[in-house]
Amino acid sequence: MKIQSAVGQPVSRLEGKLKVTGAAKYAAEYDVPDLLYGYVVHATITKGRITRLDTGAAKALQGVVDVITHENRPEVASADLKYIDMDAPPGLVFKPLTDPEVRYNGQPVALVLAEDFETARYASGLVEVEYETQAFETCLDHNLDNAREPGKGFSTMLKPPPPKPTGNFEQAFRDSPFKVDAEFRHGSEHHNPMELFATTTVYEGDGKLTIYDKTQGTVNNQLFVANVFGLRYEDVRVLAPFVGGAFGSGLRPQYQLYLSVMAALHLKRNVRVVLSRKQMFPFPHRPQSYQRLRFAADANGSLTAMNHRAISETSQFEDYAEVVAEWSHKLYPSPNTLFEYKLVSLDLYTPMDMRAPGGATALHAIECTMDELAYEAGIDPLEFRLRNYAETDPSTGKPFTSKALRECYMRAAEQFGWKERNPEPGSMVRGNKLVGYGMATGIWDAYQFPARTEVIITGEGKMIVNSAVTDIGTGTLTVMTQVAADELGLPIEDVTFSYGDSKKPFSMFQGGSAMTASTGVAIVVAVKALKKKLLKKAKSIAGSPFDRAGNDDVAFKYGHMFLRKQPSVSVSFAEIVAANGGKPVKTTNMGAPHVLKLRKYTKSSHSAAFVEVEVDKDLKTITVTRAVSAVAAGRIVNPKTARSQIAGSMVWGISKALHEESILDENLGKYMNANLGEYHIPVHADINELEVIFADERDDLINELGVKGVGEIGLVAMPAAIANAVFHATGRRIRELPIHFDKLL
Amino acid sequence: MFIAGGTNLVDLWKYNLLHPKLVVDINHLPEHRRITELEDGGLRLGALVSNADTAYHPLVESRYPLLSKAILAGASAQIRNMATNGGNLLQRTRCYYFYDADVPCNKRVPGSGCPAMDGYNRIHAILGASGECIAVFPSDMCVALAALEAVVNVSGKNGGRRIPFADFHRLPGDSPEIDNILQHGELITSIDLPEKGFAQNYSYLKLRDRHSYAFALVSVATALELEGDTIRDARIALGGVAHKPWRVREAEAVLVGKKADEAAFTAAAEVLLTGAVGLKYNAFKIELAKRAIVRNGMMALHPETQLPGAQPSA
Repeated sequence: MKIQSAVGQPVSRLEGKLKVTGAAKYAAEYDVPDLLYGYVVHATITKGRITRLDTGAAKALQGVVDVITHENRPEVASADLKYIDMDAPPGLVFKPLTDPEVRYNGQPVALVLAEDFETARYASGLVEVEYETQAFETCLDHNLDNAREPGKGFSTMLKPPPPKPTGNFEQAFRDSPFKVDAEFRHGSEHHNPMELFATTTVYEGDGKLTIYDKTQGTVNNQLFVANVFGLRYEDVRVLAPFVGGAFGSGLRPQYQLYLSVMAALHLKRNVRVVLSRKQMFPFPHRPQSYQRLRFAADANGSLTAMNHRAISETSQFEDYAEVVAEWSHKLYPSPNTLFEYKLVSLDLYTPMDMRAPGGATALHAIECTMDELAYEAGIDPLEFRLRNYAETDPSTGKPFTSKALRECYMRAAEQFGWKERNPEPGSMVRGNKLVGYGMATGIWDAYQFPARTEVIITGEGKMIVNSAVTDIGTGTLTVMTQVAADELGLPIEDVTFSYGDSKKPFSMFQGGSAMTASTGVAIVVAVKALKKKLLKKAKSIAGSPFDRAGNDDVAFKYGHMFLRKQPSVSVSFAEIVAANGGKPVKTTNMGAPHVLKLRKYTKSSHSAAFVEVEVDKDLKTITVTRAVSAVAAGRIVNPKTARSQIAGSMVWGISKALHEESILDENLGKYMNANLGEYHIPVHADINELEVIFADERDDLINELGVKGVGEIGLVAMPAAIANAVFHATGRRIRELPIHFDKLL
Repeated sequence: MFIAGGTNLVDLWKYNLLHPKLVVDINHLPEHRRITELEDGGLRLGALVSNADTAYHPLVESRYPLLSKAILAGASAQIRNMATNGGNLLQRTRCYYFYDADVPCNKRVPGSGCPAMDGYNRIHAILGASGECIAVFPSDMCVALAALEAVVNVSGKNGGRRIPFADFHRLPGDSPEIDNILQHGELITSIDLPEKGFAQNYSYLKLRDRHSYAFALVSVATALELEGDTIRDARIALGGVAHKPWRVREAEAVLVGKKADEAAFTAAAEVLLTGAVGLKYNAFKIELAKRAIVRNGMMALHPETQLPGAQPSA
């Protein structure tokens, strides 16, 4: 009776068939009776105030039930504090339909409610709004002089300001033989998940609501709704069993949730609000950024000085901050450092975490600067990284819980064929194409949040695991099923992971590449408690052969508990439940990071990306012909879903380097390419060979499972590796993203 | 307003950019859904034949491969399956400002202004633009049709007429809201290709920000008739640079009688781009177009070097 360990197996997504056959339901797809459809009217100016609002024509249309504006908005919480969600940055949360002020282009100014979607959409065009406009600023680059310190708040804990300077940067930079001074500019990007933001609110009566929402955090949104609308927590249930991508945009409750709930409570009806793609542009986004890096090295190629100054955009009402400036010091030792991070308030909506927030921005600049410095010093870019390799965290002096970055460099370089590279830019040619090889390093934090899970043994001897966590398309359902199966020695067929429901035990929002560690550890803890409970229950059976057994004397396999020393003595889970009066045996427990122990360590995942590009010698069109990423992220629970995370991130990296941009017209103060035809992300023709390598990284310190998360680490190194490859092919350093090929003409 | 494939009209409708009072579905006109050989040796493409069926039609592939390549460089497989030949000629510009009902646009609301002039004009015109409009016509198919000197057959209240392709689309001038010379009530019934298809030496090259499913920043259709390595006849049309496919007969005349080489194509490119004006973000198109003309000329000498998606030769 031997069960193959599920962890480590490339199990296909358990929900895969539901998704590819269309059976999986998303927030806007729940059929509920007597549904009202809400359509948002948005502001067409960037800053100013509404002077006249006429909803008469819209209301007169047959099928229109109501139009809600700031003039007739139902009662909601007035205290700003009530709007603070778990991921809210310092500042005042934007409250839709609160006053006539327009703070950003595309701000919602009215919600039309009708008996069908088409009527609501049509009527939205009949709402007349007049404005008084004011001057606005939406361009970071024109406002760099207004940069200031970010405000502090709850989220500062996860995103602390840069550390204090060390040594004397200016002098060291002046005195070093090799130096680089470079500026990098990024436009904003939008998450653009495939699934549109949508909420279906079911009005249950008695102040009770069931809400199908597109979110990365069911509990976060449950608390938000209860706080804002004065409902009891237990009366608000938020469900998100399937999420069609989110990438950070679902970390905070978005306004369609607020509007849907407001209308449902006001009209005592079921209400659905779906945003259009265009409406998902005046929306959270990755901020515009400006970075200036000055790095220097001594005659041996050891870094002597690092200055990273980063300025990003935020809104006029919240201070969204990222960790940008100090990443280099987690990778490379340098005796003199100066890290600065500032914000500029612009008349745009608040930015928000987007896959590898801060890190993806910073590492493009850092790793391009490292490449440039390697060339200045006449050292191979990989060799330059190895000469500055840190065995312990240079920024704190603490050891890493594990760090297999060297193995990443070596295996990826070998697989890629880095040694074939002629360092001379433009020296490698293939027909009409200049060939470039580039590489870069990646790093990301290994987070773990506290989480609770409930584990249940049913009368059939099977296990159910309950958690409020979502699966935003990452494979959480599959991976958690694997973890739970192994913990109790069950085949995965006998485990049901039930999730995406705020009624289930607490989970933070799904972000920061933290869920495998967070939910996984909660399962480990709960199953441990469950085993004790099963033994206790087994002992209560008359004449039980387990009555003298301690917790360490029993083992669990294939739905049975048995004595380690005498495996023939066993009892099935079904028998235990039967002896429990048929009542399922269950327990709910919390898993949490071992904060005290881990304070002595730095917890990071690492990666190395190697990229080949072809650049047309005349026309300069760029193709990423192949890429190899090696990732050190602790134990890999599911090599298949993990590979998908990394490969998907690599595609994202290609997108960030060459394609993706939210085109902001600074005269109009709005995004102009608000659709997936013009917001370019790669298509199949842009993607060629992608190879993923996982380093053998055993980590017994970081958590019970030895996992670090793979959601973001595959992205961070890619943009710089591509930019460096473009330099190698052409001799040109393009420091703005995306790299438009015409810049090389 | 007529609807055939609807791949552009429905978008425009949903984006609140047009509000047709009456839409006539013309999909049930089988006589316009076929490709037939003409007595003069040409080929008639029915207006309702899909772009995909046209591109993959054996007679188009063998006699007018330039057209086939150009069609397949556009849109996506799904859109090409729906989109019709007649509709392809009538698609509207993809100018960001035209597509946003909340901002001014002279093409959408005459006299309202053109924010693209001082805005993000990377995708806009370098040739034939006016002070009213700098939008470009987005079709790939039409660039090949211009090079092949197709004729557009139209039927209307007062009977039919045949419109040479070069006359079909117009420049914006001071009425940018009008894309072409069709009169109200007129319907495109077919497109005639003349006998001469340049099937030996042709190439379509499309330069854009991703390798598929993006509109051209610059595209070039080149068709050559060679005798040995001497050019007997030449056609070059540009896409992505003007309010209509851009052809300059003087540039083609430069090539006739010359040896087909980079020097000749470079000389033609200079003539073709005469008068080009670059704006803040699109000035690169002038140099890019010149280089593209040269490369595509060389590719036309070896049509087998053309790659899927009309990418530059390897």
